[in-house]
Amino acid sequence: MSNALQIALIPLLPLAAFVILGLFGKKYVNRSAGIIATFLLASSAALAFYTAYQYFFEYGKVEGVYQKVTAFKYTWLQFSDQLSIDIGALIDPITAMMLVVVTFISLLVHIYSLAYLKGEKRFATYYAFLGLFTFSMLGLVLSSNIFQMYIFWELVGVSSFLLIGFYYDKPSAVAACKKAFIVTRFADLGFLIGILVLSFYAGTLDFNTLIERLTSLQSAEFKMATAASFMGISALTWGLVLVFIGGAGKSAMFPLHIWLPDAMEGPTPVSALIHAATMVVAGVFLVARLFPVFQISPIAMDVVAYTGIISALIAAVIACTQTDIKRVLAYSTMSQIGFMMFALGVSKTGGEAGLGFTASMFHLFTHAMFKALLFLGAGAVIHYVHSNEMKDMGGLRKYLPITHITFLIACLAISGIPPFAGFFSKEEILLAAYHHYPVIFYTALITSGLTAFYMFRLYFSIFWNKQTQVHSEHSAPHDSEKHGEGGLAMMLPLIVLAMASCLAGFIHFGNFVTADGKPLTTALHLLFSVAPVVLALAGIGIATWLFLRQNDSPVKYSNKLGNLYKAAHQKFYIDELYGFITQKIIFNLVGRPAAWFDKNIVDGLVNETGNGTTTLAEKIKAFQSGKVQQYAIYFLGGVMGLTVLFIYLWK
Amino acid sequence: MITPGLYHILFISTALFFIGMYGFFARKNLITMLMSIELILNSVNLNFIAFNKYLWPGRLDGVFFTIFIIAIAAAEAAVAIAIIINLYRSHKSIDVEQTEEMKY
Repeated sequence: MSNALQIALIPLLPLAAFVILGLFGKKYVNRSAGIIATFLLASSAALAFYTAYQYFFEYGKVEGVYQKVTAFKYTWLQFSDQLSIDIGALIDPITAMMLVVVTFISLLVHIYSLAYLKGEKRFATYYAFLGLFTFSMLGLVLSSNIFQMYIFWELVGVSSFLLIGFYYDKPSAVAACKKAFIVTRFADLGFLIGILVLSFYAGTLDFNTLIERLTSLQSAEFKMATAASFMGISALTWGLVLVFIGGAGKSAMFPLHIWLPDAMEGPTPVSALIHAATMVVAGVFLVARLFPVFQISPIAMDVVAYTGIISALIAAVIACTQTDIKRVLAYSTMSQIGFMMFALGVSKTGGEAGLGFTASMFHLFTHAMFKALLFLGAGAVIHYVHSNEMKDMGGLRKYLPITHITFLIACLAISGIPPFAGFFSKEEILLAAYHHYPVIFYTALITSGLTAFYMFRLYFSIFWNKQTQVHSEHSAPHDSEKHGEGGLAMMLPLIVLAMASCLAGFIHFGNFVTADGKPLTTALHLLFSVAPVVLALAGIGIATWLFLRQNDSPVKYSNKLGNLYKAAHQKFYIDELYGFITQKIIFNLVGRPAAWFDKNIVDGLVNETGNGTTTLAEKIKAFQSGKVQQYAIYFLGGVMGLTVLFIYLWK
Repeated sequence: MITPGLYHILFISTALFFIGMYGFFARKNLITMLMSIELILNSVNLNFIAFNKYLWPGRLDGVFFTIFIIAIAAAEAAVAIAIIINLYRSHKSIDVEQTEEMKY
């Protein structure tokens, strides 16, 4: 196909940025590294937009149905006639959408970082890592082969690790990057086993073939996968659930979410790119990619749906109590991804029932916009205040007017207030859950109310509430002016994203992204939207009442809630639980005995060999006495011995 | 009068060999030890000559070998004496018991 090169270039340009800046950046182009990387990424983004445009409007649709187009495929490892690992590009609606999201957000983050990390010593390294991440993420969404996806999945994990640990002289950042890597790696083990299970039964690693074989009820592969069972659950379900564990790890779903809040130790633009807009939705993308197969197994779908809703609720509750603004945003991300997950979980294929799928992808799209905006806005605030803590902020609306407006737009969007983007996507998600999953629906309704509350708690605490003293005390006015909002490079992404957050909701997503490729008309039910909007407004109202002016009622009410507040503030002790399980149980029952075995048995063997040799040598060294005549006697003895041997034994 | 046969010569050769052996093991003077080695070599020479004469009278291999051994023994004696002289210079002694530095 003629556009194979064009598609291949989309991930390869960021890779080029990584290679160039990684090898030569620090020494030769440290200052201009940002410009180079931004330029390369802008080209990549332009190609991605063009590709998406071509796909959606020119060749993607055949007789009204969006096709899966394999742009190119190159066999990398051939195991047998059937089984091979390919490196290829598969374009379908969700890939095209993800290409746009990833390159768009990444480009804005590149631009934003020009100002945000100005003067950073490892400026080029930072951009190199960003390039590596963008490359891996694009490779992930383009994957035509489940194993290729796994490779890029790990690459995404490692670049996330590198970027979280970017300030590696800060112990908390080091701990956070290790935690993120280990937790997601642990989840990826599930993914790998899931891949093996699925590909074993399907006999292929290729997405198209795999989906085709495992979904056609007559195929031999399908029969085998559903007939084989383990602990009363079919192999197919096991495979899917294991794959989902990998996705849940990357997407910070309960109970594998513990790494995401800590990952906020990285630079803020990184949080916007990786831990809000792109990488953390990889799990959603994975489920969406394998959606037809998930569809076969109701149990797997339920796992997806209930994991999603539990994560959404828990994260929203925790977010209400956190004081670090980036952590609030991290929990809110987790909560929103929970929304996307359960939307997938409640969805079916085809027609009106496929609304959940469309809604999930729609929410993924709009969430990327407003959550990146929130993070970048928070970055501007942190840049100004030099602190992550809410108590150091307040009344900043005068100093940061543009940030203030854009942040407000993002808050309205995430709270689901019409006509901002979040309203439309959240509405669709709720509607998808409404008919068959009442429990999920009402929980989601409460959660979206909570979302509005904690977002506006954040908003008021930063921009209203008390007067901040940060700059009034120490620095002269002109200094703070110069410091200001970080110039055009930081403001431009905010403004662009704010516009996207306003307008993204009006895209008719059903026309483009559906579970079966056929367009889906989504009607907006006005009556239905009353309840969520009222709840969101109520949340905002409570937040306004508590946090608009500085007063002591928040403390009073949190005291009234007592243990519940405390538990939520401590993140429901999940970190402690993990700490207990790993440090007390695993370390004591597995780690220590293994260490003992290693120290005493394995090392002991080696040491004993060494000691034995030394002792023996000490004993026999007297043979080499330096006395020539003694040597002669040994020699004579040897000769006589040999003589005897030859004469009597060597017949 | 008895004509000396192979056994007589072999007896002398064996006696010489063991005298040399005894000298090599028992004497402490390096020059004496060198002389003992010469005795051993000469016993070998005797063997060669005797076997050549009594077993293969028509050939000369044994005689040639003997001549080679004598030549090499001369060279060996020269080298050994040079070593002994150097040893004497450094140790002021040619007693084999005094030269034990080359050990573990």
